[in-house]
Amino acid sequence: MRRVAVVGAGMTLFRHRMLETGKEMAFEASRMALDQAGLDIKDVDSVVLGSAPDAFDGVHMKGEYLLDGAGGTCKPYTRVYVGGGTGVFVPIAAWWQVASGVADIVLVVGEEKMSPLLPHPQYAFWSIFDPILERPLGVTLLWIFSLEMRRYMHVYNVKEEDIALVAVKNKRNALDHPAAQLAANITVDDVLKSEPICWPVKRLDVSPTSDGAAAVVLASEDVARRITDDPVWITGVGWNVDSTYWTNRDLCYPEYLEKAANMAYRMAHISDPKKEIDFAEVYDPFDYKELHHMEGLQLARRGEAPKLTREGVTQRDGDLPINPSGGLLGVGNPIAAAGMMKIAEVFWQLRGEAGKRQVKKPVRRGLAQAWGDLMQVGTVVIMER
Amino acid sequence: MESKKTLPGTPIAGAEWDNEVYSFRKHSVQLRYAWDAGSAVSGFLEGLKEGRILGRRCNRCMRVLVPPRAFCERCFRSTDEWVEVKDTGKINTYSVSYVNNDASRRDKPLIVAVIEIDEASPGMGFLHVLGEVEPSKVHVDMKVKAVWKPRDERVGAITDIKYFKPLEV
Amino acid sequence: MTKVAIIGVGYSGYAPLTPHMSFKEMMFEAAKRAYTDAGINPRTDVGSFICCEEDLWEGISITDEYVPDQLGGAQRAVCTVSDDGLVGLINGYMQIKSGLADVVVVESHSKLSNVLSQGDVSSMSFEPYYERPFLTVETAVALEMRRYMFDRELGDDIPAMVVAKNKKNGLGNPRAPYSAILSMDEVLSSPMVCEPLRKAHIPEPADGCAVTVLASEEKARILVDQPVWIRGVGWFSDTPWVSQRDFSKAVYAEGSSKMAYKMAGVNTPAKHFDFVEVDDSYGYKELQHLEALGVYTKENIKRAVEVSETDLRGPLPVNPSGGKISLGDMVEANGLVRVVEAVLTLRGQGPRSLRGAKHALVQSWRGPPTASGSTVILEV
Ligand SMILES: [Zn+2]
Repeated sequence: MRRVAVVGAGMTLFRHRMLETGKEMAFEASRMALDQAGLDIKDVDSVVLGSAPDAFDGVHMKGEYLLDGAGGTCKPYTRVYVGGGTGVFVPIAAWWQVASGVADIVLVVGEEKMSPLLPHPQYAFWSIFDPILERPLGVTLLWIFSLEMRRYMHVYNVKEEDIALVAVKNKRNALDHPAAQLAANITVDDVLKSEPICWPVKRLDVSPTSDGAAAVVLASEDVARRITDDPVWITGVGWNVDSTYWTNRDLCYPEYLEKAANMAYRMAHISDPKKEIDFAEVYDPFDYKELHHMEGLQLARRGEAPKLTREGVTQRDGDLPINPSGGLLGVGNPIAAAGMMKIAEVFWQLRGEAGKRQVKKPVRRGLAQAWGDLMQVGTVVIMER
Repeated sequence: MESKKTLPGTPIAGAEWDNEVYSFRKHSVQLRYAWDAGSAVSGFLEGLKEGRILGRRCNRCMRVLVPPRAFCERCFRSTDEWVEVKDTGKINTYSVSYVNNDASRRDKPLIVAVIEIDEASPGMGFLHVLGEVEPSKVHVDMKVKAVWKPRDERVGAITDIKYFKPLEV
Repeated sequence: MTKVAIIGVGYSGYAPLTPHMSFKEMMFEAAKRAYTDAGINPRTDVGSFICCEEDLWEGISITDEYVPDQLGGAQRAVCTVSDDGLVGLINGYMQIKSGLADVVVVESHSKLSNVLSQGDVSSMSFEPYYERPFLTVETAVALEMRRYMFDRELGDDIPAMVVAKNKKNGLGNPRAPYSAILSMDEVLSSPMVCEPLRKAHIPEPADGCAVTVLASEEKARILVDQPVWIRGVGWFSDTPWVSQRDFSKAVYAEGSSKMAYKMAGVNTPAKHFDFVEVDDSYGYKELQHLEALGVYTKENIKRAVEVSETDLRGPLPVNPSGGKISLGDMVEANGLVRVVEAVLTLRGQGPRSLRGAKHALVQSWRGPPTASGSTVILEV
C-alpha cells in the first residue's frame, strides 16, 4: 500500500443558480486545485469525477458529459457514485488508484448543478424511491429525513432546540467561508419558528439546493515530497452501504456509518476516535444529521452529541470542532461538490490555511464524512499532517 | 485559501432568472419505464389486491420479511415460504408533510409513517400514510390498522391500502 | 504487490425479455452462480462490492441504493462505478493491488426491456446546447462509420462480413440469444437506418447480469484450481464532443490498450493473444478497435476480414463468443459479459477449437455517443 497525499484543493462559489455550466464549474475548481499544487493538466495521470443524480442536469451518463471540464480528455477517466456519500467517496476511488501504483497523480472532482431541473431540484429525489412500493405514495426526500429525525428524537429524547443549535453554529461558521451560500447569524428561536416543511423538519433545519464544484489533487509519496513541503496524508478510508430496506431498520443510529468509520480507523490505527480525531467535517444536509453522524463516527456516545453541542465542544474554539467550514447548512449543498468541500476544508485546516475559519487548537488529524442513498451509505476519509 | 477573496463562479439572481436575462435551452421529456416486479413483489401486490399483507420467511434466520423479497440479505439464500401477516401494526416513526414532491406547498398536511407490521419480524415494516387522525394525536408506538380500498377498486398496488388509522381513540 | 485473479464468474438473463424476474432477482441468480464458482460466502469472505450501472438505464435515480441486498453486500463496502463493467473490474483490481481488500465482487446488469423510452434516454446523453438539437445515436454512429469506411476504402461488404461472422460464432455459445446463420447479403438487404448504417448492423438490446469475483494471489491459490490472472488493465477517454473526434480511429481503445500492454509487458500485441473479445457494434467498430489495439493495422485490417483470419478457426479468433452482435447489447454490462466469456474460454469451457488458449484480451467501449473504453489482459 503506497502512501497517498493531498497536494492541492480548489472550489467555486456555492450558489442556488450559477451562470456557469457543469463543465465550466468543474473546470474552475480543477484549475484552482492544480494551481495550488503547482501542477498542470499534463502532469495528471488519471481523473475521477463525482456527481449525483443525472436527473438534476437532464443529462444521461453525466460523467461523460462533464469529462472535458474535469480535465479528463485523453486520459483514464471515470465517475464513481454512492448517492449523497459521493463527495467523500471520489477521493477514496482516487486513493486506490495511487495506493495500488496504477497512477501517481490523480485529479479528483466533485460537481453538482442542481438548478436546471424544473419545477424544482427536489423533484429529482422522487425518482430515488422504489418505483413499485414507494413512489405511488407521493414520497419526497424530506419525508425520510423527517422520519429519521423524529425517530432519533424519540429514542434519545432529543429536543428540537438542541438540534437547532447545529444550524445556528454552522450558519455562523459559514460567515467566514468565501464560497458560502447561506451564511447567517441566526438564533435557536429563528430555527424553531421557521416555516415547517415536513415536521419536525423546518426551513432552517435544511441545507439549500446549490450549484458548485470542488476539486483536490492526490499524489504518490515521491511526487508529493517533490512538489510540496506540506503534504497532507490520507491515512484512512472507509465506506459502507446498508440494506435497501430502510423501513426495516431502526433509524435512530447509523450502523453502516459505524462500520465505515471502523474500516477507516483500522487503517489509520485509531483506537479511540474521540481522543485521536482533532476535528471533523461531518455531513450536515439537515442539522440533526450532524449529531447523528457524530454518534455513528463514535465521536460522541449514542444520544450524547446534543449535549456536546450545547456545551460548545463542537464550536471552532471547542475541544472537538465540528464543521468549522460552516458545513452544508451554511456553505451550501451541491451534493458531490459539498462532500468534496469537506475534504478541501480538512486539507486547508491541517495546513493552517483556513484563515478566519482556522480552528483554535493545533490540529494534526482531521476527518471528513458524507452520507446518502436511502439513509444507507457512509463514507469516511481521515487525513493527517 | 484565505488569500482567495473571490472564488470563481457567477451567481444568477432570482430576478435575473425570472426575467430570462441569460439564455438557456429547455428540454422536456417524459421517460417511460415498465419495471418487472419479480416474484416476491408480484406476490405482495397480488396479496394487496385480496386485502392481505404477505411476507416471506427465511428458514435459516427465521425472519419474516415485509415487504417480501426473494432472498434473505443476511443469510444470502432464497427465502422459503409465504406468510400472511396482520394488517395492523405500530408506528415506528412519523412526520407531517407540508410539501409535495416538487417542493410546492400542499393544501392540506399529510401524515406519513413507517409502520412495523404485526407478525412480521420486529422492526419490519413499510412506508405509508395515516388517515382519520389529527397530527397532534399521533405518537411513536401508536397502534394502527390498514384501511383498504373497496375490493373492486383494488388493482394490486401499494395504494390498495388507502391509509392506516389508529386502533385506539 | 500481489497479483490479481478472476476466481469466479456468474451470469443470468441474457435474453430479450426477462419478465419472470426483477433486476434484483436477476442479480441474485448471477451472484449465486459466481460465488459457487469461486467457493466463497459473500457475507464473510468479500472485502468490497462494485456495481456498474447508470440511473436512466434503470429508471431509478441513485440506483446504487437498490444493489446491496441481492449481492450479499448489505452493511458492507459497496459502491457504484458509473461506467462500463470492465472499468468496474479494473477498479476491483486496483482495490486488491492497493491492499484494501483481498476479495472483490464486480457486478453489472441490463434491464433494457424495462426501458420503454430507450430513444429518449439515449438522446439525453448528448451535450444539451450544441449536439442534442440534431444528433441521435444513429446519426452519430453513421457519421463515424462513413468516415472510417472512407479512410480505409472499405465497401459495404466488409462490416456485413463481420456481422455475419459474429452471428455465426454465437451459434456455438449457449448464452447468445441473437446468434443466427445470416449471410452477408441478408445484412446488406436489411433496412437502412441512417446511411451507411443498416438495421442488421445494430446490436439488439438484451437483459442480463454478469458477476465476477476477483482475488489476491494468496486467496486465489487457496480458493480455486484455475485462477485467471489479470495481467494488465487500462481505461481511457477521448473528447466528449462528437464532432471533434478523429472518426478514423478509436483513440480510447488505443489509449486504454497502451496502458494495459505497458503493465503486462506486451510488446507485440499482434502475436500475443490466442483470441480477443472486442466491442463489435455495427460491424465496423470491431475493425476500428482491432486497429487501435495494435492487433491489426490500417493496412492489413481489410484483408484480415476478406481472408477470414478472424474467424473462429482462423489464426486470431475475434469474438469467439459471438460478441455484442450475438449476445445482445447489455449497455453497462457489455464489458463484464465479455470477461465472463473470456474466462470460460480460458478455462476450456468455451469453443472446442480454443481449448488450451492461454492469452486473451478483452476490450470494451461504453457505446454511443461516448468515446470511452477499457482493456484488460487475461492469462492462465
Ligand atoms: Zn435469513
